[in-house]
Amino acid sequence: MDRHTATLQKDTPALQLEQALQLLGASGRLPPLGERGSAGYLQDLINALVDLSSRDALTGLANRRAFDVALEREIDRVARSGEPALLLTLDIDHFKRVNDSFGHNAGDQVIKAVATALLDSVRPMDLVARVGGEEFAIILPNCAAAFGETVAERVRRRVERMPVQVGPGQQITVSVSIGGAFAPQWVRSTPKLWVERADQQLYRAKAQGRNLVLLEPTAVSVVSSEEKRLLFDSFQFQDHD
Amino acid sequence: MSSDFSPLSQDLGPAPANPRPTNILAVTSGKGGVGKTFVSANLAAALARAGRKVLVLDADLGLANLDVVLNLFPKITLHDVFTGKSKLADAILPAPGGFSVLLAGSGMVEYSRMTPEIRDQLQSVVDAVTPLYDHVLLDTGAGISDVVLYTVSLAGEVLVVATPEPTSLTDAYATIKVLATTQGRRRIGLLVNQTRKPGEGRQVRMQLQHVVDRYVNPTLSSPLRLDLVGEVPLDSAVRDAVLRRQLLLEAMPGTPASVAILAAAEKLLVH
Repeated sequence: MDRHTATLQKDTPALQLEQALQLLGASGRLPPLGERGSAGYLQDLINALVDLSSRDALTGLANRRAFDVALEREIDRVARSGEPALLLTLDIDHFKRVNDSFGHNAGDQVIKAVATALLDSVRPMDLVARVGGEEFAIILPNCAAAFGETVAERVRRRVERMPVQVGPGQQITVSVSIGGAFAPQWVRSTPKLWVERADQQLYRAKAQGRNLVLLEPTAVSVVSSEEKRLLFDSFQFQDHD
Repeated sequence: MSSDFSPLSQDLGPAPANPRPTNILAVTSGKGGVGKTFVSANLAAALARAGRKVLVLDADLGLANLDVVLNLFPKITLHDVFTGKSKLADAILPAPGGFSVLLAGSGMVEYSRMTPEIRDQLQSVVDAVTPLYDHVLLDTGAGISDVVLYTVSLAGEVLVVATPEPTSLTDAYATIKVLATTQGRRRIGLLVNQTRKPGEGRQVRMQLQHVVDRYVNPTLSSPLRLDLVGEVPLDSAVRDAVLRRQLLLEAMPGTPASVAILAAAEKLLVH
């Protein structure tokens, strides 16, 4: 066991508190209010640590851990209330090229700018998360099927039109591909399946040239005329008596 | 696709074990009037004949007609259980084929749309009966309404009943597609009713699978497979049995449709 791990595990409570305060300070948060060790002080400290452990350090968005918790909760809510909810998964197009051409610092600027664009194009009740390097996800509770396309398209356009400063006098623009799927209303589904469905659409958007929104078709438009044609193709229906 | 794109679902780990009990079979169809309730009732009788303890739950809450098929006039129905007037045990009746039924009864029009109350009631009824039987058959309504999709979501296994007609095929396909995408179904049973020549069931399955392979499977993380559970030939005996409001297996055993139902039940038992 190296010294660092040993420190994390065996520190006295006082040293642990010092470390907590340092972590909060490093993230730009204020120390808890009140007398050290009082109930109010500890509650303040817990709140700050919870906030810290739910956020992505670079962007301040919800992190993967907070996203997983929120997704689980939303699935439960939709199953109980029958309200529609939309999940969008997003990926910055050709992000590797940004890093390769302008450096990792530029990459970070792009990620921060996209995070801001996402936050600016959805409602306060929606949860925007950074779930991977250049991957984001948005949970939109109570989003009617008719508005899904509109909101996703708004997000896509916002990113596309936003210039990002990546160096002195250097501006670039980036785009995102977006996949989306609605949670099955009433039906108790799994976070895994919901994410998989949105990701499948994201795959398609990437394959179809990127900078594109694709949502899973809703039940209303479930069978296209091509599918019908293929269904009846070469099938000999008997005359009815 | 760029190599640096790794979807979120990739590292979510294995999907949790299917929580849906595998002894619950949802019988659904997309289109109405394809013999879904006839199939449910006679399959249940065939399973009972094989020594299994079977319950058929009439989950077509809005337009229930299992009572009509079985010629039963229940005093207590699911409606009374839902409204708290009766105990669940009192609503479970013996049916002619040696199985039990839980009938929706008429006057449940208000249940044709989903609400949190119906959700909870249906769930608790299904939870309560499932451990008591070898097989629970959920005879759903037609269509792909939220009530039907919810009911199917309670079942570990799904059987889609279709006839070899364009409208039935289209609706069966729509049902299969919705269940594959929104419920993550990867195996769905197919029973083709009213076939007019031998092998037509196989042909219908192939045709549906063909379109699924082309339009549905590319959008799924793993492919959906349709299993042909049975094909029941068009048989005037079925019409006669329904008109006499008797089970085909009881009224006219040995007829082609009756034999086909027994074969389908056998196939279900193997799975």
